[in-house]
Amino acid sequence: MIQAIVFLPLLGAILAGLIAIAGAHARNPSGDTVEHAHGHGHDDHAHASHAHDDHGHDDHHAPAEPPAAGTGAAELITTALLFVSAALSWITFVNVGFLKQDLLVHVLPWISSGDLQIAWSLRVDTLTAVMLVVVTTVSSLVHLYSVGYMDEDPHRPRFFAYLSLFTFAMLMLVTSDNLVQLFFGWEGVGLASYLLIGFWYQKPSANAAAIKAFVVNRVGDFGFSLGIFAVFMLIGSTDFETIFHAAPGLTGKTINFLGWHADALTLTCLLLFMGAMGKSAQFLLHTWLPDAMEGPTPVSALIHAATMVTAGVFMVARLSPLFELAPNAQAFVMLIGGTTAFFAATIGLVQNDIKRIVAYSTCSQLGYMFVAMGAGAYSVGMFHLFTHAFFKALLFLGSGSVIYAMHHEQDIRNMGGLKDKIPFTYVAMVIGTLALTGFPLTAGYFSKDAIIESAFVAQNPFAFYGFLMTVIAACLTSFYSWRLIFKTFHGRPHDQHHYEAAHEAPLWMLVPLGVLAAGSILAGFPFKELFAGHGIEEFFRESVKMHPHIIEEMHHIPATIAYLPTVMMVVGFVVAWLFYIQRPYLPVELASQHPLLYKFLLNKWYFDELYDVIFVRPAKWLGRFLWKKGDGFVIDGFGPDGVSARVLDVTRNVVRLQTGYLYHYAFVMLIGVAGLITWFMFGLGGQ
Amino acid sequence: MTWPILSVITALPTLGALLIFLLARGGDEAGARNARWIALWATVINFAISLLLVARFDPSQAGFQFVEEGSWLASTIGYKMGVDGISLPFVILTTALMPFCIIASWKSVTNRVPAYMMAFLVLESLMIGTFSALDLVLFYLFFEGGLIPMFLIIGVWGGPRRVYASFKFFLYTLLGSVLMLLAIMALYWNAGTTDIPTLMTTAVPRSLQTWAWLAFFASFAVKMPMWPVHTWLPDAHVEAPTAGSVVLAAILLKMGGYGFLRFSLPMFPLASHDFAPLVFTLSAIAIIYTSLVALMQEDMKKLIAYSSVAHMGFVTMGIFAGTTQGVAGGVFQMVSHGIVSGALFLCVGVVYDRMHTREIAAYGGVVNRMPLYALVFMVFTMANVGLPGTSGFVGEFLTLIGTFKVSIPTAVAATFGVILSAAYALWLYRKIVFGALVKPSLATIKDLTFREMLTLGPLVILTILFGVYPKPVLDMSAASVQQLVNNYSHAITAVKAAALQ
Repeated sequence: MIQAIVFLPLLGAILAGLIAIAGAHARNPSGDTVEHAHGHGHDDHAHASHAHDDHGHDDHHAPAEPPAAGTGAAELITTALLFVSAALSWITFVNVGFLKQDLLVHVLPWISSGDLQIAWSLRVDTLTAVMLVVVTTVSSLVHLYSVGYMDEDPHRPRFFAYLSLFTFAMLMLVTSDNLVQLFFGWEGVGLASYLLIGFWYQKPSANAAAIKAFVVNRVGDFGFSLGIFAVFMLIGSTDFETIFHAAPGLTGKTINFLGWHADALTLTCLLLFMGAMGKSAQFLLHTWLPDAMEGPTPVSALIHAATMVTAGVFMVARLSPLFELAPNAQAFVMLIGGTTAFFAATIGLVQNDIKRIVAYSTCSQLGYMFVAMGAGAYSVGMFHLFTHAFFKALLFLGSGSVIYAMHHEQDIRNMGGLKDKIPFTYVAMVIGTLALTGFPLTAGYFSKDAIIESAFVAQNPFAFYGFLMTVIAACLTSFYSWRLIFKTFHGRPHDQHHYEAAHEAPLWMLVPLGVLAAGSILAGFPFKELFAGHGIEEFFRESVKMHPHIIEEMHHIPATIAYLPTVMMVVGFVVAWLFYIQRPYLPVELASQHPLLYKFLLNKWYFDELYDVIFVRPAKWLGRFLWKKGDGFVIDGFGPDGVSARVLDVTRNVVRLQTGYLYHYAFVMLIGVAGLITWFMFGLGGQ
Repeated sequence: MTWPILSVITALPTLGALLIFLLARGGDEAGARNARWIALWATVINFAISLLLVARFDPSQAGFQFVEEGSWLASTIGYKMGVDGISLPFVILTTALMPFCIIASWKSVTNRVPAYMMAFLVLESLMIGTFSALDLVLFYLFFEGGLIPMFLIIGVWGGPRRVYASFKFFLYTLLGSVLMLLAIMALYWNAGTTDIPTLMTTAVPRSLQTWAWLAFFASFAVKMPMWPVHTWLPDAHVEAPTAGSVVLAAILLKMGGYGFLRFSLPMFPLASHDFAPLVFTLSAIAIIYTSLVALMQEDMKKLIAYSSVAHMGFVTMGIFAGTTQGVAGGVFQMVSHGIVSGALFLCVGVVYDRMHTREIAAYGGVVNRMPLYALVFMVFTMANVGLPGTSGFVGEFLTLIGTFKVSIPTAVAATFGVILSAAYALWLYRKIVFGALVKPSLATIKDLTFREMLTLGPLVILTILFGVYPKPVLDMSAASVQQLVNNYSHAITAVKAAALQ
């Protein structure tokens, strides 16, 4: 069954990919006239192509290109396979989580060299099972949603192929039994993310964002790779079981790097965590995530909110037996998590692009999860991952619905009053916002409060910092979320033309919104005991190694602390209401009174500019310098070009010596003879 | 074994060349056509025969197989051929890629076709000979002989600066060769034979090891090419015709790495150990330096050439790490790079044949007209970047993990190069493939032809197959690599133990 869950999306990706390439090839004939054979395949699907895309709206502009042949088939295949995969995942979830039937399936040997043995295998324990349901559920809903959202795009088969490819890579990531397969999934989702961000490849900004996402993730993967190498050097294996067994024996060992003796476990965990920072867009390596919003909105929901970006959290939870042995690394995780939660929330306060607000919110929420990881409350972090997947996917898909209604307008300053035009979307967005801000009894309420509590009781040098940051961020989250709602749906419309034309999305898009809205409310309470209560031992068993006693202590915190997040949420709401409903001139005044702070936040703490100055430009300058001066001037100058120039010089001089005058030659010979005689008489020759 | 299979596959391409010489000498169209077909058949048949080698090869055995021996010059220099797990992958790589080179030149070369095909066929013979020679002198002849057809291919069928490029190529490689010849003589005086298997088990005095190692290094480092003797490669690639670039990148560069594995490590283990820091430093510099330079290139071929230097840096680093993973990774990386870089040069050739420019700025948005090309190019770009699931990853990963155990700073520097490789490869892809199609010159550009698919398709499959299931290559070389590593570490531990007493 697990094979079906993992490989059905791959099958879907391949089939949709074939349809896409066949269709694209049919429209763009190859350069030769001899060959006719390779266009086959698209005829078979031609009939099905218009089955699904007849739900268009009246005023849509005719697409520049007709949709590729077989579009409907590609949509149907990928979406259906994903739903099968999702159904099987829920069954697996029950089997593994409650019936305790953990799985380990070996698929193929992969890399074997000496003592390094790496296999393709599928491992399912509770941690994986949680990820399985998150990934396949959100992915299948996003597939369904995309049928509606992308209906004007002529490249839908390619889009669905990418979506399914992503899902496959993500599933390989979460089911891996060793670090290297994890890395395969890790970079595989990176590839899919790159392809999907750059899906509209005619937009230069999309291409730039795609490359940025890939390269920034590579920076994280630089650490991840080194972490894998370090693990292999220390333990001689990359299999999780072997690593976890051997890890306790590594305490106190050091790694010597250029004379610096670093604690082996701490260093390894930090290196691995660097990968997580890249993938989960944590502070310093976060710059790619907002730009990733260049991709189609369903992609943002699936990849850049619900699944891929949580891979870093999953990785830390998976490696919890290692992190539990490296308290200094945990402290760093807490530090980064807390900083990200706060920092991303501050930027979210002033952004005007609806997707970027939600993106910074994602960034901030990921910081929350890492705070829990740093506290050693891994299951609590996973709880937030689980609930966040629902409400953040909902918020993104809801934003997509708004954007769809507004004809690709994303600036909330041009919106307003939409609640009457698109009431279903409005309700869905409000539910998502309630869950995100932690309104009591919604899903986010349980998981977010648990994180804040875990930070409060954690034994970690940065525990109080993490606590403080997450509490402040709770207020900020509430403010920017309600700001989004108020500016988008309330007040009066700012763009009358778009407002008039706004309309509710088709059913394809509303059904996923409905399901996710239900999840945003229901995913909290029933799972509370399993993720953050007394059921953890029974539910997660060996799959995560919790910090001892942390759950106990979480249940004995002062009541004031327990209510604090809710109070903060209310404060954020009230301020937002004041600013954007009651006294709309206040934010403008505030911004003009503090122009520096406003600019600082609006420009995202100037990280892009900073990185451009300290990394991008020096790299380019260095590249040009090494090319022109290093290769061109030094190496070639003293090497081949120099040598050939010298050879020419010498030849010319030799030519000049051959004067043709006999007495010149006689003179040279005489000197030569004299020299030889001298050498023989006084030098080596005489001995 | 009843027939000298290695001699057959070495000689057969030259026989094909002879056939072209006899039958298709005319400069007319018929002559050209005949020459193409003869060359294609010769290379395809040769590839088919070489598959017999794979079928009959016993991967559990570390020593040489299919050994052929005959007396040749005087009584000391023998004609001896044979392959082990380290050389066989390169023999197969050569025979497998040559048909693609012939097909890739089918339409794009119109000038002196028979001579061109003869040059390629002779080159194939010499390359196979290099990888299967088991006598030093024989090896030297094949190794250096390969220079001549390559020199001609660049010099006659190359681009506008072909003469400069071919002389640069010749100057560099010749310098190393002279030194290697001296070292070969020194080895002969030391052991009284030029038989490679014997030499591999003969202890060489430490002082001689140092000098011989340096002499061999001079030759192999140029061939690899290692920094700072790499500057011939970008020029040679830029001027060479497409198939010339493919052979150069895919096979000729591997002679250097093969030389390190065949001579430096087994014959001069102590010197290899002493000089490993030097090699590490040069490799690390190569990876970062050339990746940075690649970032700024304006010519497609130059960019890929610089990236080749960086990838070869992983090979040298892995080999001199002297660990199982490092050496096995070095072999695998060379095979993988042979496939991927060869394919990348073919990809450049595809658009060059249509637009007659390699300037990156002249392209943009070709995906709108060439979706198949975009897909294929993407696969190879990702392999070049070392994405897991492509063959590029396996080699890089193994060399890095093997080096990390020996020298962490080197591994760190090399891993850093992986970031840069993503930057330049994706940048290249974006500039050529993505974007809107606005340049009028590209408006009518056509997608891959059947012939181009025939060359690129199998390489796509191999790239992914070896990325997901590298076992065939790894297993083929495993026993020989293990033996090499064991001998190497024994030699070093013995010396260390002696030093302690």
